[in-house]
Formats: sequence, C-alpha cells, structure tokens
Amino acid sequence: MLRPSRRVNIDGMPDAAAAAPLVEPRPPRKLYRSSDGRWLGGVARGLAGHLGLPVIWVRLVFAGLFMADGLGALLYAAFWFFVPLGVGGVSGQKPPSFVTTETSPDGRRRLVARRPDKGQIVALLLMVVVAMVFVGNVNVGTGAKAYLWPAVLVGAGVALVWRQADNARRARWAEVGRRRRTLSLLRAAGGVLLVTAGASGIFVMQGSAAHLGSVLQAALAVLVGITLLAGPYLVRMTQDLSEERLMRIRAQERAEVAAHVHDSVLHTLTLIQRNAENANEVRRLARAQERDLRTWLYKPEGTGKDEADEPDTLAEAVRRNAAEVEDKHGVPLEVVIVGDCPLDERIGAQMQAAREAMVNAAKYGGEGGAVQVYAEVEGKTVFVSVRDRGPGFDPDSIPADRMGVRESIIGRMERHGGTARLRAVPDGGTEVELEMERAENT
Amino acid sequence: MSDPTEANDTVTGERRVRVVLVDDHRMFRTGVQAEIGQTEQTGVEVVGEAADVDQAVTVITATRPEVVLLDVHLPGGGGVEVLRRCAPLMAAAEQPVRFLALSVSDAAEDVIGVIRGGARGYVTKTITGTDLVDSIFRVQDGDAVFSPRLAGFVLDAFASTDAPPVDEDLDRLTQREREVLRLIARGYAYKEIAKQLFISVKTVESHVSAVLRKLQLSNRHELTRWATARRLV
Repeated sequence: MLRPSRRVNIDGMPDAAAAAPLVEPRPPRKLYRSSDGRWLGGVARGLAGHLGLPVIWVRLVFAGLFMADGLGALLYAAFWFFVPLGVGGVSGQKPPSFVTTETSPDGRRRLVARRPDKGQIVALLLMVVVAMVFVGNVNVGTGAKAYLWPAVLVGAGVALVWRQADNARRARWAEVGRRRRTLSLLRAAGGVLLVTAGASGIFVMQGSAAHLGSVLQAALAVLVGITLLAGPYLVRMTQDLSEERLMRIRAQERAEVAAHVHDSVLHTLTLIQRNAENANEVRRLARAQERDLRTWLYKPEGTGKDEADEPDTLAEAVRRNAAEVEDKHGVPLEVVIVGDCPLDERIGAQMQAAREAMVNAAKYGGEGGAVQVYAEVEGKTVFVSVRDRGPGFDPDSIPADRMGVRESIIGRMERHGGTARLRAVPDGGTEVELEMERAENT
Repeated sequence: MSDPTEANDTVTGERRVRVVLVDDHRMFRTGVQAEIGQTEQTGVEVVGEAADVDQAVTVITATRPEVVLLDVHLPGGGGVEVLRRCAPLMAAAEQPVRFLALSVSDAAEDVIGVIRGGARGYVTKTITGTDLVDSIFRVQDGDAVFSPRLAGFVLDAFASTDAPPVDEDLDRLTQREREVLRLIARGYAYKEIAKQLFISVKTVESHVSAVLRKLQLSNRHELTRWATARRLV
C-alpha cells in the first residue's frame, strides 16, 4: 500500500528539540513514537529507541520534569503532538531485557493489541498519583490553583482522545482492533465528557456558575452552526479522499494484471506462434500457461508463488508433481484433491510412488485422453489414485525385469507400510491406487 | 426417462435436441456450433444464440429449447442471472428448459453458484465435442452431469464436516452417494461406475441427481467457504 512516510526528523520540531535535555541533534536519525509496548503516547518508548537508552530512564526523566512545574507534561504533550506514530521504534536498538518482556518480537501485533490496555491502566494510575503530588506541591497563587483540577481534567480528556486517534491509525496498518469499535466509541465519549467537565469546572471556579446553562447552550449552538456550515465540505472531502484511494487501488490492480498478462500470456502466445507447426509443443505451452493463469486467478494470495521451495502439504505436492509430469510428457493431467494434510515421511514416499504412477500413465496411457489424478485425505488415511484410459495392461503379466512398477510403486509403498494396487479398469485403462496411513505424531 | 439407457452413450440420429447457445465470445460459439451443430450426425440442433443476459432471456423465451448451454461469466449479471430470470421456464410442467453450464472456470464459487441457480450440469470448456453432446442428451433427460472437480468440492465439504453434524441444512449424503461421487471425482464415466459398483447406469444417474438436488437444498455458503478455505479453488 502506498503510505506517506511517517518519519520526521527531530530537527523539524525546534521547540521540542530545544527544550529536551536528552535530545542531541542527529540529523540522519529519525524519531517517531513507538506503537509497541507504549503506555500512553509512545513518546518515552520512541525516544528511548531513538537514543538507545532504557525506556525506564526516559520515563523517569519525564516524571521528574513533570515535578518541575509540569514541564515534563508540556514536553510530553509537544512530542505527542508533533512526532508521528511508527511501528517498532525500538526493535533495532537492542533494548534491555526488562523491555523485551513487554514487546516480544514474535506475534507482535497480537500482543500489542491487548497489552496497551494493561499499560494504560498503569499509566493512568501513575498519572493520577503524579498529578496529585503535583497539585499538592505546586506553588502558584491560590487563585490559579483552583483552576488546576479542571485543567488536569481537560488534559486527561484530550490525551484519551488523542490516544484514540493513534489506535485508529495503527489499526489501519495492522488490521487489528476491528471488533473494538464500541470500546473506541466509549473512549471518545469519555474523552469528550472529561473535557466538558473540565471546561465547565473552569466556569464554576470563575464564579459564573449561574450562567453555566446559558453558556453551554451558546457553545452548543456555535458547535451546531459550525457543523452545519463545515459539514458538507468535510463530507465532500472524505468522499473525495476515499474515492481517490479507490482509484489508486484500481489502477494498481490494473497495472498488476497488465504486467502479468505481458509477462506470461503474451510470451506464451509468441512461443505458440513460433511453434505453430509443432502440435505437441503448442499443446504443452498452452497447458502450462492455462495452469499458471488459473493459479494466478483463482488461488488465494501467497500460494503457488514460490515455485522453488519444497511443497509442505499433500495438495501442493500432488499438484506440483502433476504439473511437472504434464509439462514433461505433454499429456494433460486432471487433478482432484479432497482434503489436505501436511507431508510426513510416509506421505512423501507415497508422493514419489504417485509421481511414478503419473509418469507411467502419461507415457503408456496418455493417448487415451487426460490422466485422472485423485487424492483424498480421510482421517488418517491418504488415498491417491492415478488412472489413464490407455490400452491397459495385466498386472500379473509384468515381466520380472520391469522395475518401474514393482519397485518404484509397489515396493516403495510397502516399505513404508502402505499398499499399492494396480488394476485394469473395466473399459480400458489402468488405475493405480495408493493407500497410506499418516504418521502418528502429525 | 423412458428411453433406453444406450441412447445416452451411443448417439444415434434418431434423438434430437434443440439447443440455445449462450456465450459472450463469438469465437467460442462458432467453435461449439462447428463441434456439435452438425444436426444430421449428432442430433443437436442449435436454434438460437445469445451473447448477454438480456438477449439470452429473450431468445430462450422465444425458442423454448430443451437445453441451454450457458456460459457462467456473461455481461449483464452472469449465468446466474439468466437462471434466475428463466426460473419459470425451468419449472414448466411440459417441456421444461434445462440448463447445462459451460465454463472455462471450475472455481467453487462459479460451480456452486449456477448449480444452486438450477443448472442441471456443469462442464468445463475443455470438454471434447462427443462428451459435450453426451452431456447435452443426459441433461435433456433430466439427469445431472457432474464434473470430477465438482464431485471433489462436494466430497471435500462433507469430508471436512465429518466430526459433528455441523449443519442441519446440509443434508448428509448416503454412503452410496458418496461412493458414486468418489468415483466421479476419480474420473470415471457413469457407465464405468455402474460396472464398478454392479449397479445400472440409471441408478448411478439417480444417485448423482440426488446429490445435485441435495446440494440445491443445502447451505452452499458452507460448501463454498469450505472449498475456499481449504484452498481447493
């Protein structure tokens, strides 16, 4: 997905950088807030990652600065506001051990989806305690002190809502938190409530409690007015944005299709034109291309792509073998697979036997039409049948020197504890049936 | 279903069937025409062609063919839409129109979609001319024509829901029906299955029809989901 870069140089925020005692100007390094293992806004964690310090130090520094007339809180808020959220801000920095327990590298997203809730409670409690200490210690005039609690309330509400925005953004990348809609709504409502209570508190402190009702009404009226005026533009803007995004996705998809058609289909067609008089080659090319295109069109993302590595499930192995035999011998193989299971040693042997059977069927029975390959997993038993419609042959009359069938198919199956049966099909053709129990521990 | 069984296998000039061909590719229609449309030889008479949904409905209503060869992917809503709009014709008491889906795709969504829509059979476009003619006659008789892949989808859906009887809607197939399905999936022709199981071709066909009927009654979403989840498609 196209995503604008979320990294911002620390030098882009002169106010924050100048005020922070720990931040050294290092232009090439990028600072962003960490979404992993954060407590509040991820500022401390991000800074720790950036500076290569244990996160607890940074947190302590912030807490200490907070005592100095709330400087830490202001600083934190500034960082939160200006520094964009990033993923894994710490991972590259070899964090100390007590940090890694919070953000184990595996299954990070899932961990993160749940963990912040716990961290948040801790952070909230911490905030309340620190705020109480702060309120107790702060030495401003008693008049100003009265406004402190409402201000703290407003701050908490704003933090709640801002944190929410971070979550929404992260959810968009990581596709987590879809089910937490109600929770996010609750949080937004809670934030609004806190801010409203704080703002009202200020009024009450001013002694204009009598006018509170009318002031609230007026504020509401103004809000509604602004919404009415700006609403259409906002709606229009979001619509334009999503439309633009849709167009971009479509264009991307189209480009991908075009690229694929060019890479494979056009090449194959060219090859077919060149080999027009060689019927077998044309057929082989067409089959291979058809298979490729089918895989590309109908398979879910991520399958059939890495052709190089070994298959690890039965279905994959059967399909791969069939495709290879088909390409090599120019006989179409129709594959039907029912169920699937991981490959183990026994099934691997069965696959080799099945491949041999496919080769035989393609070689000796291919002129009768497509070879049918059928694989089924039923409980512990894996059954594979390979069937051609060729002239057929009598299994009892195989000469003793024909090692192919005897050793590669029957022998191999029996050595691994399976059975192989060859039989003539009523209306011509041969069927090889391979049956194998899966290994116990899989 | 009073005609002798042999009529399905050895196509004689005596049997006639009127067919409408619905496909948006002119080349393909021409190809099929050339392959099956030699009426004196195969007994198949192409009485109409259509390239999209609207045309198809018009032509089918006007000509009342016995069998419609229906492409699954069509402009104007696809084969499913044609089936939906022709539902009264399918249900007609005398001379019902029967549909045989003919598609290049054998993806589960496509297969199950048209079967559910009421098509009596599903074959892929790689089918040979003789087999296609055979399938047309079989569909005309009211029998079901199953591809091995389709049999695979069905089996897979049942194989995977073995443990608890997951879905009440999903009629359980009888042992015999599953046996028949398994043989179809292994690429056997109906006649060969009959020999294998020592039953008559008619019995095989009725088993297959029963499977198709049950499929239409059952919860296809389950089936499709299973097929897709197991990467069968």
